[in-house]
Amino acid sequence: MAWVWFHKFGSPPHFYRLATQLTPWFGWPALLLGIAGLIGGLGLAPPDYQQGDGFRIIYVHAPAAWLSLMVYTVMAASAAVGLIWRMNVAHAVAASCAPIGASFTALALVTGMLWGRPMWGTYWEWDPRLTSELLLLFLYLGYMGLRNAIDDLARADRASAVLAIVGVVNVPIIHYSVTWWNSLHQAPSVMKFGRPTMPASMLVPLLLMLAGFTLYFIALLLTRARGEVLRRERNARWMLEALERT
Amino acid sequence: MSGIAHFLAMGGYAVYLWPCYGLTALVVGINFASARRSLRLAQRDARRRLETLKVVASS
Amino acid sequence: MSAARIGFLSAAALLAARDLRLALRRAGDTLLPLGFFLVITTLFPLSLDPSLSLLRDIAPAALWVGALLSSLLALDLLFRDDGQDGTLEQLALCAQPFAGLLLAKTVVHWCLTGLPLVLVAPLAASALGAPNAAMPGILAGVLLGTIALSLIGAVGAGLTLTLRRNGSLLALLVLPLAVPVLIFGARATALSIAGASPAAPLYLLAAFAVFAATLAPWALAAAVRIGIE
Repeated sequence: MAWVWFHKFGSPPHFYRLATQLTPWFGWPALLLGIAGLIGGLGLAPPDYQQGDGFRIIYVHAPAAWLSLMVYTVMAASAAVGLIWRMNVAHAVAASCAPIGASFTALALVTGMLWGRPMWGTYWEWDPRLTSELLLLFLYLGYMGLRNAIDDLARADRASAVLAIVGVVNVPIIHYSVTWWNSLHQAPSVMKFGRPTMPASMLVPLLLMLAGFTLYFIALLLTRARGEVLRRERNARWMLEALERT
Repeated sequence: MSGIAHFLAMGGYAVYLWPCYGLTALVVGINFASARRSLRLAQRDARRRLETLKVVASS
Repeated sequence: MSAARIGFLSAAALLAARDLRLALRRAGDTLLPLGFFLVITTLFPLSLDPSLSLLRDIAPAALWVGALLSSLLALDLLFRDDGQDGTLEQLALCAQPFAGLLLAKTVVHWCLTGLPLVLVAPLAASALGAPNAAMPGILAGVLLGTIALSLIGAVGAGLTLTLRRNGSLLALLVLPLAVPVLIFGARATALSIAGASPAAPLYLLAAFAVFAATLAPWALAAAVRIGIE
């Protein structure tokens, strides 16, 4: 039963139609969650005992960092699916992930630097988490560079898929780097098993922002993936109807 | 007025905090515009390809 | 006699011998990365005030940046000729496991480009002020590091097989995966020079090399297959 669903989802016209319909269902809730998170984070949450109002950077830094890791995982997973099952829709999804993931990785790095300066006294330290996050940015850029350099779209899909899969080892390294090594960056307080150690008034806006950013990513992904699916399609008939409707 | 000023000052961290939020807004906005543009261009290219196919088929 | 009648090890040995013979015919190309490594490691002391203590501080960095850049340079030799003249296609089509054959090529490549670095590293290190007691640690580090770099670089070379000779893209692809080698290797070298035990980073480096050796054959075969289709 799951296989029927899987192959249906992998059919380009079906995916295109589904993506078109679903996008607003992710986009608008994302906006609402973002607004709620901002109000909670900037207004309602009390200042931190140690960091004062500066801790509020977390409400943009953590979602950006979360996205940087999650998007790469989605990219690598869909690349693997595309490679194994030769599914164009999966390759389209992987290609769509890269620019989104790269931009949020860069954002995570820069907001992290701006947060680090007042809190640790330095913009940058070559500690494991920061370094591996920087490597993640290079992985995204390498992925996009490789895609860009190969002219044949099918070959670009497959070669970049191999690269994405090889690079996915970096994701757990980034996440666990703060527990495996003595790092300047603080240990996980939300994304760890067991109870988060933040008070609710600070935690709830953070969860809202994380959820909002995630839904926003899905909306962006669906939008981009529609275009990427069109680029890979040769069977014209369904495209005619789909394009007439837009 | 002092309430807004206090809010903007963010306990002295304003010079770090507001650029963070500003950059985030920028990245969120650029992603939005870029995704829509990418889709629009792909749709335009697909239409063009279909046009040439129609021309070839009818000739 | 069909190729399938030969066992894999014999086939790999034949391929390795052929690669060695070809490389030795063009000894200049093969020694270029080594020369490059020596140039880089001598550039550092030349461009700095040659007080020995400062040299000792930057010795790990100079050694490892040199090793990394030299490996990148050497990658060109791996698949270029065989990709151009169709040998890779023949290897893919024959009855032997493709991943194994590519691994054999990578091993030969390491012997020609990585092993010389291992042999020369103590020399370069002592020119940079490293004490003799540091040599075992340095040797172990460069040995493990060059193996890991050869494997990672081979995957990168496989992915960029069909592209015009674009060194910067290859560097961009290889760099994120090579950085852990750089970090642990330089740390091991620094600890050795300081007289402390380099065991911890060496273990991590070894783990990384083993991991690369496990993943690389699959990735290599997949990448090269995509490139020659």
